[in-house]
Amino acid sequence: MIAPIELSIISVVAFVIPVLFVVVIGNDPRRLIRMSFSVSALASLFSVVAGAMAVAGHNVEQLVLPLGLPTLPFHLRLDQLSGFFIFVVGLLSFFVSVYSVGYVSGLGAGKPVKRLIVFYNIFIAAMFMVCLADDALCFLVAWEVMAAASYFLVMFEDGRSENRRAAYLYMVMAHVGAVLILLSFGVMAGVTTGFEDFSCYTFDAMRAAKFPLKWATVAFLLSFFGFAAKAGVIPFHVWLPEAHPVAPSNVSALMSGVMLKTAIYGIVRITFDIIKVFPWWWGTMVLVLGLVSAVMGVLYALMQHDLKKLLAYHSVENIGIILIGIGLSMIFTSFHLPVMAALALIAGLYHTMNHAMFKGLLFMGAGAVLHATHERNMDEMGGLIHLMPWTSAFFLVGCISISALPPFNGFVSEWLTFQAFLLSPSLPVPLMKLLIPMGAALLALTGALAAACFVKVFGVIFLGNWRGHSQHVVTEAGWSMRAGMSLASLACLCLGVLPAIVINWMDAISESLLKARLVTTSGVYGWMWLTPVDPERASYSGPLVLIGIVAVCAVTYLLLHVKPGNISRVPVWDCGFKKLTPKMQYNAVSFSMPFRRIFGFLFDIKEQIRLVPQHQHPAFPENSQYYLRVRDRFWGWLYKPVIDRVVLLSRKTGMLQHGRIHVYLIYSFVTIIVLLALL
Amino acid sequence: MNLQVLAQVNSFLAALVLLTAFAMLSQRKINSLVTLFAWQGLFLSINTAVVGFVASKHHLYISSLLTLSIKVILLPYILHVLVVRLKIRKEVETIVNIPTTMLIGIALVIFSYHLTAPVREMSTLITRSTLAVALATVMIGLLMMITRKHAVTQIIGFLAMENGLFFAATSATYGMPLVVELGVALDVLIAAFIFGIFFFHISTTFDSLSVEQMESLREDN
Repeated sequence: MIAPIELSIISVVAFVIPVLFVVVIGNDPRRLIRMSFSVSALASLFSVVAGAMAVAGHNVEQLVLPLGLPTLPFHLRLDQLSGFFIFVVGLLSFFVSVYSVGYVSGLGAGKPVKRLIVFYNIFIAAMFMVCLADDALCFLVAWEVMAAASYFLVMFEDGRSENRRAAYLYMVMAHVGAVLILLSFGVMAGVTTGFEDFSCYTFDAMRAAKFPLKWATVAFLLSFFGFAAKAGVIPFHVWLPEAHPVAPSNVSALMSGVMLKTAIYGIVRITFDIIKVFPWWWGTMVLVLGLVSAVMGVLYALMQHDLKKLLAYHSVENIGIILIGIGLSMIFTSFHLPVMAALALIAGLYHTMNHAMFKGLLFMGAGAVLHATHERNMDEMGGLIHLMPWTSAFFLVGCISISALPPFNGFVSEWLTFQAFLLSPSLPVPLMKLLIPMGAALLALTGALAAACFVKVFGVIFLGNWRGHSQHVVTEAGWSMRAGMSLASLACLCLGVLPAIVINWMDAISESLLKARLVTTSGVYGWMWLTPVDPERASYSGPLVLIGIVAVCAVTYLLLHVKPGNISRVPVWDCGFKKLTPKMQYNAVSFSMPFRRIFGFLFDIKEQIRLVPQHQHPAFPENSQYYLRVRDRFWGWLYKPVIDRVVLLSRKTGMLQHGRIHVYLIYSFVTIIVLLALL
Repeated sequence: MNLQVLAQVNSFLAALVLLTAFAMLSQRKINSLVTLFAWQGLFLSINTAVVGFVASKHHLYISSLLTLSIKVILLPYILHVLVVRLKIRKEVETIVNIPTTMLIGIALVIFSYHLTAPVREMSTLITRSTLAVALATVMIGLLMMITRKHAVTQIIGFLAMENGLFFAATSATYGMPLVVELGVALDVLIAAFIFGIFFFHISTTFDSLSVEQMESLREDN
């Protein structure tokens, strides 16, 4: 029997094979794409198995690789937490690799497909390595490889300046984050050895160390903000809506679905596994940032009419929801309430997995739609449900999941988060008593707004009539794309219907990190009922809800169809107007108008209606033009001043450079004199 | 010979090196500048031999010979060829006028003496008093590079700086290890060759050897 850690290493190494394919059969793109993505899918499956075994196996495996620097070898470790993330990354990578066979083939000639394949595989392998790493060096190397590979993937179509800008912004944010993480590891390794050397760079050594509160706070804040820059927590989210729309959709699915999750992994690893003991305000900070990200993320998403940008903002929202769970868990841990902490942690991690599945699914669906329509603006789409029935069905599954509606998976994790909130009145701090109900209300608001947003997305894209100007022939996605999406939909359904089994499996994580289990989850009630706290208090049965929904649908269908003549088709009532055009439908901008009115103060909105008199007097305009621009306020508040300062400073520094040798010589001369005189 | 006399000889040679440095600072003709540079090298070479005799460090004789062959014969020859080939007839152009340069030079010498005062008190070497001169020579070399427009005079300034460094090495610590000195000598030689090649390119590109022309290479912002 092969050990999980060996299996996961085999899987990481297997990702090299597609890269070799590029060299060997690079001149036959069709075969190259089919073979390399099949191998990627297979390699991902290995990791899925390894991760699942590691979580279920209840033991920790460690390995020292003969790689790295001479005295600093790479340490690997596969415990329940890393196993869980490897499982999630592997599962989505598997779906997306299946999907990519068709998607990449359809990208068309002239696109740099070889580059895509190379960096795609490096990217996934690096994500596995991030989860496996057990020392600061290996972690950072993997982390940076992941960032660099994804940078090249965002740069996929580097011919357009907007793509280059997005990739550059992403690179800058990734590096700011990486520097903070590096500093955090430096602090922790330094405190462990008393700032003597770097011998305690392994996580094992850091785990064994006891950090003074001051240094622990420094390390935590550095690492949290470092990971937050990667995860896209507000206000570090600016790169997300830029990078996701320009990357190929399979890459967006992976970046949004799992790459952001590696940051969550980092936060959980450092707080719960390495630092372990912390004051309650850390958790409060995480909770507040999570709430802000969730609410703001969904509001920004509502304002978008670019499909992929909208999904990118939803990633911000969902990262916020995950952080709410983790923040609550941190608060409970610091008040020594391990069972509740376990509940909140499981809620956060469950949402991590769920978000990976449904966001991956949605991005894959978006890719299929974009691929078919060559259009990113939702207001140019419509009525695709007739042309792409399969894609729209899968997309609908994603929409229901992300809107947290049963019977799909989003509901389960948000419900668990609510349960964690509802348990909070037992906390002894007055501030928490105030914050918790507000947080629960905001989470509810987030869910409602997300549902509104996806009503808009699904309604505008798939329902109604075609709004666009282009007369492009829209065809259904190919078999592999449908296969990838259907697998992800199935995962969404399973995670939603059978949460008790999944949580029973995931309990090993909370046991290893918090020494607590959600014992009442199953056992007595079996796989049917999810009762996180107490069966008296709250319970949810996925299977029963599913049966109920299916039954209601079936009964409705039968009642409508059993007697012919129950349904009659008539012309649409045109409200008395003579001619209804597709332009008169609700579109993305008009649908979100109420939200713009209510939450307008949060955005930088510029709205103009201009009347265009063409032939006659201005008093009788023939046409009107509507112009709307909604911008992120954070850019103006936080980023623009910094960028302006940097540019100004570099201008000033640039003035020193005259290009005259004499002046340069005088600089060094004066420097020497001053240094000699002073020292 | 007793040590006292040798110390006097050493100081005298130091004075001559400083004098040539000032002479170079005031010289307008490029040919005379090369000659003065050769003289400075000669004094340096004699000084190295004297120090080698005093300290009975025989490897200093080798470096003295090396100095003689490179800095007195070879480099002046190369520079001379360069001046002839490039048809540099003009007098040396300066940015700051010569009296001012001399005044700055004097200030630099005083500054160097002030700077090396603590070293002189602590050291027991007989050559310790010449350290200030060595430092002053370095700074005057740099000053020459700053105040002259012509590329050839700039390389002479650079080589004069190197002379000062060498002088500092022999007077402060009785010379560096031979390996280091050999390396430095080779570096200087190669630098001179590279400069020579560059001058040809500069003069063909800009039709002039004035480094001010290079300002046009700057990236506009």
